[in-house]
Amino acid sequence: MPQSADKVLDHAPLFQQPEYKEMLENKKVKYECGHPDEMVKEIGDWTKSWEYREKNLAREALTVNPAKACQPLGAVFAAAGYEKTMSFVHGSQGCVAYYRSHLSRHFKEPSSCVSSSMTEDAAVFGGLTNMVDGLANTKALYDPKMIAVSTTCMAEVIGDDLSSFIAQAKQKESVPADFDVPFAHTPAFVGSHVDGYDNMQKGILSHFWEKAERTVTGSINIIPGFDGFAVANIREMKRLLAEMGVEDYTVLSDVSDVYDTPSDGEFRMYDGGTTLEDAKAALNAKATVSLQEYCTPKTLEYCADKGQETTALHYPMGIQGTDEFLMTISKLTGKEIPESLRKERGRLVDAMADSQAWLHDKTFAIYGDPDFVYGMARFLLEMGAQPKHCLATNGGKKWAKKMEDLLATSPFGNGCQVWPQKDLWHMRSLLTTEPVDMLIGNSYGKYLERDTGTPLIRLMFPIFDRHHHHRFPTFGYQGAMTVLVKILDTIFDKLDDDTIIPGETDYSYDLTR
Amino acid sequence: MAKDHVGGSEDYEALIEEVLKAYPAKSAKRRAKHLTVAKATEEEPDATTGIASKCDTQKSNIKSVPGVMTIRGCAYAGSKGVVWGPVKDMVHISHGPVGCGQYSWSQRRNYYIGKTGVDSFVTMQFTTDFQEKDIVFGGDKKLAKTIDEIEELFPLNNGVTIQSECPIGLIGDDIEAVAKQKNKEHGKTMVPVRCEGFRGVSQSLGHHIANDAVRDWVFDKEDSDAVKAYEPGQYDVNVIGDYNIGGDAWASRILLEEMGLNVVGNWSGDATLAEIERAPKAKLNLIHCYRSMNYICRHMEEKYGIEWMEYNFFGPSQIAASLRAIAAKFDETIQEKCEAVIAKYQPLVDAVIEKYRPRLEGKSVMLYVGGLRPRHVVTAYDDLGMVIAGTGYEFGHGDDYKRTGHYVKEGTLIYDDVTGYELEKFIEKIRPDLVGSGIKEKYPVQKMGIPFRQMHSWDYSGPYHGYDGFAIFARDMDMAINNPVWGLYDAPWKSAPEAIAAE
Repeated sequence: MPQSADKVLDHAPLFQQPEYKEMLENKKVKYECGHPDEMVKEIGDWTKSWEYREKNLAREALTVNPAKACQPLGAVFAAAGYEKTMSFVHGSQGCVAYYRSHLSRHFKEPSSCVSSSMTEDAAVFGGLTNMVDGLANTKALYDPKMIAVSTTCMAEVIGDDLSSFIAQAKQKESVPADFDVPFAHTPAFVGSHVDGYDNMQKGILSHFWEKAERTVTGSINIIPGFDGFAVANIREMKRLLAEMGVEDYTVLSDVSDVYDTPSDGEFRMYDGGTTLEDAKAALNAKATVSLQEYCTPKTLEYCADKGQETTALHYPMGIQGTDEFLMTISKLTGKEIPESLRKERGRLVDAMADSQAWLHDKTFAIYGDPDFVYGMARFLLEMGAQPKHCLATNGGKKWAKKMEDLLATSPFGNGCQVWPQKDLWHMRSLLTTEPVDMLIGNSYGKYLERDTGTPLIRLMFPIFDRHHHHRFPTFGYQGAMTVLVKILDTIFDKLDDDTIIPGETDYSYDLTR
Repeated sequence: MAKDHVGGSEDYEALIEEVLKAYPAKSAKRRAKHLTVAKATEEEPDATTGIASKCDTQKSNIKSVPGVMTIRGCAYAGSKGVVWGPVKDMVHISHGPVGCGQYSWSQRRNYYIGKTGVDSFVTMQFTTDFQEKDIVFGGDKKLAKTIDEIEELFPLNNGVTIQSECPIGLIGDDIEAVAKQKNKEHGKTMVPVRCEGFRGVSQSLGHHIANDAVRDWVFDKEDSDAVKAYEPGQYDVNVIGDYNIGGDAWASRILLEEMGLNVVGNWSGDATLAEIERAPKAKLNLIHCYRSMNYICRHMEEKYGIEWMEYNFFGPSQIAASLRAIAAKFDETIQEKCEAVIAKYQPLVDAVIEKYRPRLEGKSVMLYVGGLRPRHVVTAYDDLGMVIAGTGYEFGHGDDYKRTGHYVKEGTLIYDDVTGYELEKFIEKIRPDLVGSGIKEKYPVQKMGIPFRQMHSWDYSGPYHGYDGFAIFARDMDMAINNPVWGLYDAPWKSAPEAIAAE
């Protein structure tokens, strides 16, 4: 009998015990009617061939293992960054269960959000009653200062009009007439979560700004974008701004507290966030800076329409990404970049120089959201590493062009291929036919690591199978240090693994590297 | 710090009154019908648990109230996520926009053996990734092409299921016609499932629709080679409604095989299509998750004359009782072996209880889960001396609540389709020693300083079924409750004077 009370065997070792192995073999032979082992082997090998790659890349209808989610997820994330704001997603209720689970699994934190719970009758008659009752219930139970409404694809397909529904709900006194209920239509069949983020940001800002008068101040707005590392990255960004003495700024959607609440006996449904007063006053800012261009095209356009100067960055990571962020802020605020940050930069360069021999010409595949892939590739080029495949399921042609321009700036970008609108099953073919040393992505990449043997570095949302990485920044010079160490650890761990057999390979099992 | 505890049925009635006050009148009235306390009953106590209470006085399986933060999912989750998703040698297409398949990808821990992407496909996300043009012009052509591409790139698949997301039913697509056409072209099983998320009120209708799809698109089709080649035996059984979460079905199967039964089909954890197809030839259906698969058992009884019975493999008392009840359906050989199996595992049971019961005795538990668990796991806690303070179902029906009366005692708080607000208030006032629920509930509860275990995914542990699983279950509950972290919540410089004053 394999199990014992003294040493309880978990699933991994338990099912490796002879009793279970025999049982599973018996099941396979007698009941499963599977394909012969040789055939499975043959087809398995074929899936790793160039021939298969060509068929795979020729796919037109099927998507397999995409690296993107749908719009409302981004909308819920964006709304969570405003003070005491409850997301209310109009449509089927299962979607909301999914967004909450997805965010909680990554952040290891509560994720609060409600649904208007539309069912078949609402599909026929529309979801007005659901909106009217729903807003009243949400307000009464969860005491939000603002309810941010977005939509599931069901509500979009039947054409529910949020603006009119919210107005009618207010007429029926679901919530007071002056209660803040911004909204955004977020159809899941257009774009991805980064577009949902954009739409909700624009929805919230236009709710506050549309009827207001703009009086220009010296303040600046900063929009962080959808980011799995937002908790640490927003804090790191604030620290950089404090170093520069920049005080007059507003982070539009600050999730750094709500997705990182303390354990002290109290469940905080809401914590921190951009205050509604600040969101209103943000209209008066002289400029808005987006840290992720592809998370904010419509929002920035709206800011520009209102007369603000706008700048879009691509995930300020590494040397040039951070330089660009600091110089942008310096230019807008007139504050000089202090000596302390120049020293920080120098320390990062120092670390990169110390390790350059281990990074030079190492090859990488990167996938993730468009801005992240850009920022990551740029940092790799700075280190003398070679990105070989850059893939974004939610990246378009413009993104691909921008990536190619970036790669053309460095000899280390030679031969790197850019893959817009491809998925992780495409990536599998790329890795089996043109292998790389390391893969940078999110937890879903572990299946690629298993199938292709490429070590995975998790730097992208979502990270489900490692804990707390998102609590450490990747932005700025300090964040780049964390990224650098993760890459180096992966290289050194692999090297040690490859040289660990006593008397056979351990001559290279060096103490100092 | 002293907490404002409540306990006992009168307190619970008052607590229900109190939480309902927070709602607007219309919603308070609706929610009141879902909250109750288990009552005394005239009925005889259950033969194996010795318990009888009345838990079915409230409403269930009706629409959730909008805007209250229901914990429920949808019909798609019930079909793709629960019933069909674990069938390993078929490709399950999340048909519609990208999100549904993405959020449910690899999240139910349905363990299986196979080469993923070659002959098995469970932990992959196949989707038609609908774009605006598919909504406007319809998605049937894209679906047809998707199936062709699956056939080309994944030739060892033994069939395809089409898991409909919300838009499919709203734009008037004819997925059945596509399925029929592709079945003809490729000669493989094609199963269209109308599990759009807006259908029904929870996951539950999705289970039912998925069960019906087995009937219509597998059973009612021509016999496959796997069926024709199969010689039925007198000890053949199917295990129905075990999704092999963390290996549950394997820890169950080993017991059934040890007592001489042949598990022909396991639905649907680690299952192949052949295991589904051959099921009507078995002698007996053993159903674990009654809620999600009773429909197909009733159908097999009516059409093929296969008897079905419920059983419970959580905790040694119920495992032994279930093994004996199953054996009683067969001859003496099986009955003797059954006793031998129970005897073989008794030392393990004794050792587990001896080690963990003293650490868990008298600890109180609140549950809020789905399927069978709000009642079935109760006896596993009983075996460890733990007490159930409250339980409830995400998507239970009246028959589930009726059965719950055989598991929980009079005075237990019962909550149906509980809302985030209610659950938080109940937990805050009852302050149980452990809460067992899902990922959305885990972190709010832990913030409150209360130990928690996810009871859908086994919190990445498991199996919890069978004797081998019971050891893991007991160890997990112990480590959740007795971890030192719960004692570190209060900063010493802050709490001390107030706590003294409060006492």
